[in-house]
Amino acid sequence: MLKDVTLGQFFPGNTVIHRLDPRTKLIWTVLYIVALFLAKGAAGYGMMLIVLLAVIAASRIRLSVILKSLKPLLLVIILTAVLNLFYTSGETLVSFWIFRITREGIRSAIFMVLRISMLVTGTFMLTYTTSPIALTDALENLFGPLKKLHVPVHELAMMMCIALRFIPTLIEETDKIIAAQKARGADFESGNLLARAKAMVPILVPLFISAFRRADELATAMECRCYHGGEGRTRLHQLRYARRDVLALGLGTVVLAAAIVLRNYGL
Amino acid sequence: MNPILELQNLSHLYSAGTPFEHVALQDVNLKIERGEFLGLIGHTGSGKSTLIQHLNGLLQPTSGRVLFDGEDIWKDKKFTRQVRFRVGLVFQYPEAQLFEETAYRDIAFGPKNMGLGEDEIHERVLRAAGFVGISQAELERSPFDLSGGQKRRVAIAGVIAMQPDVLILDEPTAGLDPAGRESILQNIRDYQAAQNATVIMVSHSMEEVAANVSRLIVMNGGHVAMTGTPQEVFRHAQELERIGLDVPELTRVFLELRRRGLDVPTAVFTPQQAAQVILQLRQGGARHA
Repeated sequence: MLKDVTLGQFFPGNTVIHRLDPRTKLIWTVLYIVALFLAKGAAGYGMMLIVLLAVIAASRIRLSVILKSLKPLLLVIILTAVLNLFYTSGETLVSFWIFRITREGIRSAIFMVLRISMLVTGTFMLTYTTSPIALTDALENLFGPLKKLHVPVHELAMMMCIALRFIPTLIEETDKIIAAQKARGADFESGNLLARAKAMVPILVPLFISAFRRADELATAMECRCYHGGEGRTRLHQLRYARRDVLALGLGTVVLAAAIVLRNYGL
Repeated sequence: MNPILELQNLSHLYSAGTPFEHVALQDVNLKIERGEFLGLIGHTGSGKSTLIQHLNGLLQPTSGRVLFDGEDIWKDKKFTRQVRFRVGLVFQYPEAQLFEETAYRDIAFGPKNMGLGEDEIHERVLRAAGFVGISQAELERSPFDLSGGQKRRVAIAGVIAMQPDVLILDEPTAGLDPAGRESILQNIRDYQAAQNATVIMVSHSMEEVAANVSRLIVMNGGHVAMTGTPQEVFRHAQELERIGLDVPELTRVFLELRRRGLDVPTAVFTPQQAAQVILQLRQGGARHA
């Protein structure tokens, strides 16, 4: 069923990672990504891997869950590995027909695979431990200064928040419609590509109609509660940095600095 | 003769192996006979919806078997698909599944999937529309232009057009006005009588099940808590209350009268029955004990 998809899902919990301010986690993720892309050699990648594993351990998210979420990317990862393996020039180790495997090829294949999977896992750690609502709050807060430039930050955050809120609802709805059409003998599994695309119509039409109806009802409900945008709006949950956030951000800066240093030494 | 549907030690786990795993059905055993009008009651989350989705092979049991006319519905893919046509399932708010340009074409969706000929489809659509009281003119209209009640009828006709041996309806009257409720129930009774079909109806209205069904199945926490005729089941008012259910309002009145010492029967569900009992009381001159 569709609802078993774990891509970008939130796993509630009460670990240090869960309790960090969402802004901290967002900034941390950015620092992490930059540091990851700076990594050049074994020492750099090693450090980033340790950092990532430490975060995973602290968040108590099961490793099996993380591996499952990497599954959809398996194809991309394999493709990257193969391309890097064969298309990197350098000292030849093995060669057959038109293929040539070089020492540098093996090295870059390993590093690229590591980079992609660590990038994805790292960003997933953000969404696994932060509720979508907290995340949009953090985004709105961090991009707040852009309001001065007349960027509708609040409206964008609200739109994102609503979109995120409705993903599970729409998935549930889709499941229900699929079940109802299956009960009338709809067949989504056989036939060629065109037949299968056609078979989607009985799902998509009801889904669109219900999505529009929901949007309409939501707009009315918001209006009934006098919603009129971000001006003068107060929040139920005020974001506040705690000591652990200062510590976490300090640690993040150190990791980034270390990554820069290691890169300069080519490690 | 085999029962039309039989559940043997049926259990179902949702999201098995993830942090969200939970047991929806546990060790359910049930025999459903031909021609029964079965009521399925239970509070939200008791496993009713999961149960009915097993009856036409939309959900596969985690363990246990579902037999249709004595044969395991999962024995092969072809048979599972056949069972979907022979066990028609009308979901809650079925109007949410309408998608075609006209009501006619929407009703024809099921029969078309069965691979029937043009003439047969035409005949079935008209017959199904007849059962639910959709007029010729309405058949040619877009289903989205119809009223809520008419949409519901078109959606039910979409399942009836497959002429299933077993018709399962998940709260068919939810959100309708009293007149609409009664007329949909009448449509269902008409279909059952004409087709000699088995009907299984999920409902939250005790009045509705009491007045229609021949046997009740009470679900609680993924188990079958009770089964029997409405008379038998509603005798256990306290037990029903404990699992978040109720008895019909009238039955409650008569249970209370009996508790206060008046010699009245308690198997009273409809105003007609109640009137009769009260008239008899007056003629018989029953008094407080």
